[in-house]
Amino acid sequence: MTKTDVTRRGVIRSGAVAGAGLAVPTIFTAQSAAAFTNEPTGGTVTLGFNVPQTGPYADEGADELRAYELAVEHLNGGGDGGMLNTFSSKALQGNGILGKKVEYVTGDTQTKSDAARASAKSMIEKDGAIMITGGSSSGVAVAVQALCQEAGVIFMAGLTHSNDTTGKDKKANGFRHFFNSYMSGAALAPILAANYGKDRRAYHLTADYNWGYTTEEAVRTSTEAMGWETVNAVKTPLTQTDFSSYIAPVLQSGADVLVLNHYGGNMVNSLTNAVQFGLRDKQVNGKNFEIVVPLYSRLMAKGAGANVKGIYGSTNWHWTLQDEGSKAFVKSFGTKYGFPPSQAAHTCYVQALLYADAVTRANSFNPCAVAEALEGFQFDGMGNGPTLYRAADHQCFKDVLVVKGKENPTSEFDLLEIVEITPVGQVTYDPSIFGGNLGTCNPGA
Amino acid sequence: MEAIILQILNGLDKGSAYALIALGLTLIFGTLGVVNFAHGALFMIGAFCAVTLSRILTLSHTVIDDTKTDFLGQPLKVEVPYVYDMFGQATGEAIIDWAVPLSLLFAIPVMVGLGVLMERGLIKHFYKRPHADQILVTFGLAIVLQEIIKYFYGANPIPTPAPDAFRGSFDFGAALGFDPNLIIYPYWRIIYFAFATVVIGGVFAFLQFTTFGMVVRAGMADRETVQLLGINIDRRFTLMFGLAAAVAGLAGVMYTPINSPNYHMGMDFLVLSFVVVVVGGMGSLPGAVLAGFLLGILESFASMGVVLNILPGINQIIIYLVAIVILLTRPRGLMGRKGVMED
Repeated sequence: MTKTDVTRRGVIRSGAVAGAGLAVPTIFTAQSAAAFTNEPTGGTVTLGFNVPQTGPYADEGADELRAYELAVEHLNGGGDGGMLNTFSSKALQGNGILGKKVEYVTGDTQTKSDAARASAKSMIEKDGAIMITGGSSSGVAVAVQALCQEAGVIFMAGLTHSNDTTGKDKKANGFRHFFNSYMSGAALAPILAANYGKDRRAYHLTADYNWGYTTEEAVRTSTEAMGWETVNAVKTPLTQTDFSSYIAPVLQSGADVLVLNHYGGNMVNSLTNAVQFGLRDKQVNGKNFEIVVPLYSRLMAKGAGANVKGIYGSTNWHWTLQDEGSKAFVKSFGTKYGFPPSQAAHTCYVQALLYADAVTRANSFNPCAVAEALEGFQFDGMGNGPTLYRAADHQCFKDVLVVKGKENPTSEFDLLEIVEITPVGQVTYDPSIFGGNLGTCNPGA
Repeated sequence: MEAIILQILNGLDKGSAYALIALGLTLIFGTLGVVNFAHGALFMIGAFCAVTLSRILTLSHTVIDDTKTDFLGQPLKVEVPYVYDMFGQATGEAIIDWAVPLSLLFAIPVMVGLGVLMERGLIKHFYKRPHADQILVTFGLAIVLQEIIKYFYGANPIPTPAPDAFRGSFDFGAALGFDPNLIIYPYWRIIYFAFATVVIGGVFAFLQFTTFGMVVRAGMADRETVQLLGINIDRRFTLMFGLAAAVAGLAGVMYTPINSPNYHMGMDFLVLSFVVVVVGGMGSLPGAVLAGFLLGILESFASMGVVLNILPGINQIIIYLVAIVILLTRPRGLMGRKGVMED
C-alpha cells in the first residue's frame, strides 16, 4: 500500500502552479481578443448617445436623439437613406457598420459635466459602447472628451461652440463637426460692418463661463479689426434670469450696439429684456441702436419669439439650405418626425455617419484606426459644402452661415433667414493660436 | 444720477417679484407654520396659467392653402384660431393679444384650488412633523410639479408677450428733465410694479380690515385660544394657503412678458425668496415686503459696472452677504416676531 503525503502547503503550491498554467493561454487570448476598448465581437456594435434628456437643454437633446435614431435607421439600411445618398464617401452600404447591426444606448448629460461623465462612463463600461457622441454644452463636451481619451473610445462631439473643445482642451480621441466661436466672429464681423458701418461702439454682455469668454473674445477681435470700439464688456452670472440691471446702463454708456454673448435660456431672457427696454427703437450717436446674438439656435429663437426679428447671428446649419445633402436630411427627418431638424440634430446625425464611414474606410473599430481615417478627411454632401476634418486639431472646416431673425415667419420653424454663407477660407485659422496638445490616440484595453 | 435712478427703478421692479413670492411664503409660514419649498413652483404654475390660456385662445383648425407649400413641399396647412371664427379676425387677434391680462381671471380660481388641494391633500399631514420633513416633502412636490409642466410644455422657454399697447418703454429721463434715452423703463415692468403694489396692499387690507382677516391674525398670534372660542381656524388657514398660492400665481402670470416662462423658473426665485423671508423676519408680512424691495434694490446696485469694477462678482453674492449681516446683528430678521422659529 502506497502512502501519499498530502500537505496543505503542497496543495496550495500545486494549485498556484496549475492555475498559472491554465491562466497563461487565457491572458494571451484575452489580449488578442480585446485589442482596444469594447471591441465588438458579435453581430452588433453599440454606440453611446449622450445627450441632455433633462434640464434646460432637454428639447435640444430630444432633437439630437431623434437625429441619432434616424442615423441608426439609415446605417442599418432602413428609411430612405437620408444623407447616405448624398455623402461623397460611398463606403457605407446600409448594412450596419462593417456588417454589424448598429445598436445604441442613451445617457443623460443633464448639461452637467459630472453627470455627463458618469453617463458616458456607464455606457462605456456597462453597455460596451464603442463610441460616445452628443451633448449641448462646451463644458460637457470638454469633460466627456477627456473621459473618452482616458477610456480609449472615440468621442464625436455634439453641439459645442467654445474654441477650447478643439483648442486648448483638444484630445486625440475627440472630433468636432460643429463650428466654433472664432468662426462665428470671423463670419459675422464683415456682415455687421457692411450693414451697421465701421464706426460703431459695442457693449458686450457675456455669460460668465468658458463659452462666453471665447465668444466675446472672438467677436471683439473680429469687430475691432473692422474698426468698431468696445465700450464695455460685462460678465453676467450663468444663473441670471432677469437681465434688466445689466441692460439698463447700456444706453448711458454711449454704446450703439449690444452684443449678447449668451446661449440657451440666458439668450432668450437677455434678448427679450433688451427688446423690452426698447433699445432697438432708440437712436444713439446718430445711428439706430442694434443688437447682435453671435450664436443662434432655432430652438432658442423660438423661445425669444418675435424679439429675434432683424437680429444678426451665426449658425452651423439651417434647414432651409438648398444643397442636396440638406434637402435629403430635412426630407428624412421631416417625414419621420413631422417638423424640420435643428442645427443640433444636423451636427449629431452627420457625426454618427462620419464615424461609421471612418470605421468602414479603416476596416476597423480600433479608435486609432478610426482617428486616422477621420484626420484630414475631406467630404461633401453633408449639408455644409466641401468640408475638411483638420488633422491638427480635429476641427471641421466648412462654410459658416450668417443668419438674421426673420421679419415675417410663415411657421414656428421659419424663424431665421440665411443672410450669407461665409466661405470656409474666411473662417479658417492657424491651429496653434488656441494652444493645447492633441496627444496620442488611446485605443484603451 | 441717471444711473442711480435707473437702478432704483430696476430694484423696485425686481423687488416686486421677490416681495410677492415672499409675501405668500411668509403668509403660509405665519398661519400654518409650514416652510413651503413648493412656493416657487406655484409662481411657475401661475406663469403657465398664462401659457395655457394663450394656447386655449389660439386653439385652431387647419385650413389647406394650396397656393403655398410647407418645408416638405406639401400644400401648406394654415392654423386658423377658433376665436377668429367666433368673433371675427380683428376681435380674435385682440383677444389673443390680451391673453396675459385675461389670464389673471383664469389663474385666480386655478391657483386657489391648487393651493387648497395641496394643503388638504398633502401638507396638512406634515403640520406636526419637524421643519426638515416639511422642507423635504414640499421640495419634492416642487420637483414633481416642474417635471409635470416639462412633460406637457417642454423644456424650452415659451414666449408670452404683453399686449401690443404695453410694449416699448417710457422715457423717465425726458419726463424728469434729463437728456432723452438716459432713463428709459419698459411699460410692462412699470405695470408689474404697480400691480405688485396693488396686490400687496390688497392682502394687507384683507387681513387688516375684514373679520376674516382679523380671525386669521388672531389665529396667527394664538391658534389654540381662537379654536377654544369655537372658530374653525384650520379652514381659514386652508383658505389663506389658497390665497398665498393665488398671490404667487398672479405674480407668475404678470411675469411672463418679462421673461419667457420655462419649467425651471420657480426654482430660480425660490432660494432668493427664502432669503427675503429670512431677512424680513419669518412670519412677518411687512418684513417680507420690505426685505423684497430692499434686496431687489441692493441687487440692482451691485450689478452696476462701477461697482463691479471695484468688487468683481459682488452682484452674485450681495443678497447672501446682506442676509448674513442682518442675521448676525438681528437674528429675527428686520421685522421678525419673538418666538417664531426660535424653539
